[in-house]
Amino acid sequence: MDEKKRARFVDILLILLIVLPLAGAVVLKTVTAPVTPMEKGVQIGGAQVYFTIPLPIQELPISAAQINSWAVMLSILGICLYLTHGIKVIPDSKRQLAAEWIVDTVNKLVRSNMGEKFMGFAPFVAGILALSALSSLSSLLGLFAPTSDLNIVLGWALLVFILITHYKLKGGLWAYIKGFFSPIPVFAPLNIIGEVATPISMSFRHYGNVMSGMVISTLIAYALRSLSLTVLGWLPGVLGQIPFLQIGLPAVLSLYFDIFSGCMQAFIFAMLTMMFISTASPEDA
Amino acid sequence: MLELAIGIILGCCAIGAGIALIAGIGPGIGEGQAVAKACEAVGRQPESKSAVTSTLILGCALAETTGLYGLIIGILLIFVAPGSFVGILMANLPK
Repeated sequence: MDEKKRARFVDILLILLIVLPLAGAVVLKTVTAPVTPMEKGVQIGGAQVYFTIPLPIQELPISAAQINSWAVMLSILGICLYLTHGIKVIPDSKRQLAAEWIVDTVNKLVRSNMGEKFMGFAPFVAGILALSALSSLSSLLGLFAPTSDLNIVLGWALLVFILITHYKLKGGLWAYIKGFFSPIPVFAPLNIIGEVATPISMSFRHYGNVMSGMVISTLIAYALRSLSLTVLGWLPGVLGQIPFLQIGLPAVLSLYFDIFSGCMQAFIFAMLTMMFISTASPEDA
Repeated sequence: MLELAIGIILGCCAIGAGIALIAGIGPGIGEGQAVAKACEAVGRQPESKSAVTSTLILGCALAETTGLYGLIIGILLIFVAPGSFVGILMANLPK
């Protein structure tokens, strides 16, 4: 009985670890958000900078995107610990089945796209998938989605680029350099541009999708609010100030822009990661 | 004179944003062709519908990228560029 009680206590702690970082990020945003009056028009900017750390060369701004992505990382850690807490050889709980399903799915994905040789990449791919998908989904809580900041996504893309280069160099430095001069030496500038374009296009694809979704939803919400104030402004008192037309349509748009687009881009980012790494690796290494 | 300069900046930013969104033509045509081919494939082999659909969505999302480049440029030109250009103008005013 005591054992059971302790397991339950740890469970509650882990659930708190899932919820608290996100709740903290929401509270931090609510407390520090600048109040923009309606008359100033629609305001679309980058992530809000919470504070800056003075460093010798340059100040290091800590923005909402960074704080939110750390919160999402802590949450993912909590989810992993919660799902794998108290696992047994013969599964008897739903969450162990869920955890096994997740691991199984990612393993299958990696095996079918990269082959048996790269099975060590399964945790990395799962990490990228979870981080990217949950980062985009965190905008459902009203947070600034970390993926709508280029810096965050460019960081992931650079990581992937380093991995690609690492696997290309496995075939030998000479083969790597020679790869730039194929099929004929005239193509060298094009090849180098193509090499550099990989992380740029990966990060711009993800960031552009999420950010454009955010901008379009903001614009539509603002337009509906103005329309509502114009059309229904004659209602007496407070009733005239409530934007009734804002009910409904933004939710439907959020279904596409936040949920579908976010998950889709996470999947594509993971997919491209797998493709690039497996094709960069030399055949006989 | 200053009003004229600011007006030119705002107007050119708006025109540039409009021109940047011409980039939307490419993905539009490309995705349309992809969907047409996918419809053909499903019509020929209805049992492979799920595989075709998932491949189609992945391909469409990839083809969308070039359009998104234009969209990013357009959004930057509308919301970010006028402010920074006017800032540069103000900083370089002859005293």
